[in-house]
Amino acid sequence: MKKMPKWADVVLIPLISLLLAAFFSGLVIWAIGENPIEALQIMIKGATGSTYAWGYTLYYATNFIFTGLAVSVAFHARLFNIGGEGQAMLGGLGVALACLFIPWPHWGLALVGASIGGALFGVAWAIVPAFLQAKRGSHIVITTIMFNFMAAALLNYLLIGLLKPKGSMDVATAKFPEATHLPNIHEILGVVGIPFSKATPANISLLIGMAACVALWALIWHTRLGYEIRSFGRSEPAAKYAGINRTKIIIVAMMISGGLAGMMAVNNVMGEAERLVLNAVEGAGFIGIAVALMGRSHPFGVFLAAILFGFLYQGGAELAFATSIPREMIVVIQSLVILFTGAFDNMVRAPVEKLFMKFQRPSQSALVE
Amino acid sequence: MELIAILDILDSTVRSATPLLLACLAGLFSERAGIFDIGLEGKMLAAAFGAAAIAAITGSVWIGLFAGIGASLMLSAIHGLASITFRGNQLISGVAINFFAAGMTVVIAQSLFGQGGRTPQLSGDGRFGPITLPFAETLRDVPILGPIYYELISGHTILIYFALLCVPLTWWVLSSTRFGLRLRAVGENPSAVDTAGVSVVGLRFAAVAICGVLCGIAGAQLATAEPAAGFVKDMTAGRGFIALAALIFAKWRPWYALLSCLLFGLLQAIAIRPDQIEAVFGFQVQAQLLDALPYILTVIILAGFVGKAIPPRAGGEPYVKER
Repeated sequence: MKKMPKWADVVLIPLISLLLAAFFSGLVIWAIGENPIEALQIMIKGATGSTYAWGYTLYYATNFIFTGLAVSVAFHARLFNIGGEGQAMLGGLGVALACLFIPWPHWGLALVGASIGGALFGVAWAIVPAFLQAKRGSHIVITTIMFNFMAAALLNYLLIGLLKPKGSMDVATAKFPEATHLPNIHEILGVVGIPFSKATPANISLLIGMAACVALWALIWHTRLGYEIRSFGRSEPAAKYAGINRTKIIIVAMMISGGLAGMMAVNNVMGEAERLVLNAVEGAGFIGIAVALMGRSHPFGVFLAAILFGFLYQGGAELAFATSIPREMIVVIQSLVILFTGAFDNMVRAPVEKLFMKFQRPSQSALVE
Repeated sequence: MELIAILDILDSTVRSATPLLLACLAGLFSERAGIFDIGLEGKMLAAAFGAAAIAAITGSVWIGLFAGIGASLMLSAIHGLASITFRGNQLISGVAINFFAAGMTVVIAQSLFGQGGRTPQLSGDGRFGPITLPFAETLRDVPILGPIYYELISGHTILIYFALLCVPLTWWVLSSTRFGLRLRAVGENPSAVDTAGVSVVGLRFAAVAICGVLCGIAGAQLATAEPAAGFVKDMTAGRGFIALAALIFAKWRPWYALLSCLLFGLLQAIAIRPDQIEAVFGFQVQAQLLDALPYILTVIILAGFVGKAIPPRAGGEPYVKER
């Protein structure tokens, strides 16, 4: 059977899925008595209308780049890591410990240290499910879900008890020292003289996220390990036949995944809150699933999808502010994107494939004659 | 005094275990037929909202119950369509359903009632009240057995008794009926069922529908049975996942499902009332540890250190008819 061209698979199908999701989202907005077109306009203005809006959009997008990449790596090895949420929570803990207990002389060093801390804690939370999948055959989806809840309980315990400063009423750690303050986009662009809103949390982690995209692209498509991960994901028996070590691939892929999810904390914990609060991740780990599906597990696709979801998040917040549409509308849109790009993939794909078949056949038969 | 305190904890154990049990049995039907369902949470949440909203509007908890079941069935239909008809990824479909329910319930609640994502308080006929079993009052003063009958066995809502009845019913259906045999077969070896001339798609849709009905009742119990009095945002609070954990803990068997749900229900009951535990046993328990315990136990079971949990063999795989 002839396949359809690659551009259709990479661009057309996600686009159709996205339009379907947008259509149904519009239907929901219309059903609760609001104007979908107006809502879209408010979202576009709220998420891209000013440098302030862009700052928030990019801040959210940075979170989603990390979690989206995390889910993508696991997808390449045909592992479904739902544990991004818990891994990012633990990453927050790693970042917080690194920032609070090591006297960093300069933010640059603090950034490196906190990234390592976040990644290590994320890895620690991913490696147990990975090991259980590889060695004991425990389904990784179930174990990572369980680890999300355990992470929440652990952080709850630590933030109410050990890590809470004396006399504080907030369920949070102490404020990080001044030396760990990361330069935000306003300061970075200020160096080259571009004006940008001061009041946004977008910070240098955006650049780290973009670097992570490039690094992951190189890893997946231009290294031996990446090749092994992809072969394992495509066909486990074939990978085994080629001498690829199953245990190693599962554990390494999940370690990279957990590490990336953990590094998200550099953005939201170190870059924005500058202390660890309860529920700092705010569902970004789960949005990573939508981002990875939308971006077809390709780092560049993930980057674009993360920007799109950053737009949805910031636009949705403005929408809740300006209309009676609650913030949870974003969750509905997110679920529809997951539904259409993930679960209903075949529904979208089959008719498109058929259509291509129809148009390809005459030209091919003409060639044969 | 001691006995009353223990009975009080057991009483709230039964109450916390009921939605878990219904959702767990729901998952059991679905997974024994080969359809993984991590959307139990979402279905329960949608049903909780549907039941509370309609009960609040009509004033009848029974109409609410049916609305809740309807809401849950709709999500089941989406899951069935995605995972059976279009052979999509069942796990991704489940994730989508959870988010869909989490978002939609609040969006609709806000649009209908404008109370920040909750439904109005239910009272009177708007919720299920406790049923006092016969002779409970008269036998109350009989030592030991009297209080046990009065406090623990009597005085629950009808949904709780229904949930308990579902356990032998599920066991009977799965082990002794033709439908049950076929259902289990379709989860282990669908091509054999297909060869025998029985519709794999039909059986799987039936299983997913039963799952929807049970999740619907679980949600209704959560939002409309006393002491609950309405829907609040995210009110399932991970119970769908605890039910999933209980299902694995029970190794996909109905009677064990009852036991594991009671165990997890007990943990929840203790977590709500740490003071009672201190009063009865004389030591404090760590609340966060209790929250995490169902998940830790499930991971240990999954790891196969304490008896291996083997899922239905064809679970999660879409069935493709051979040509």
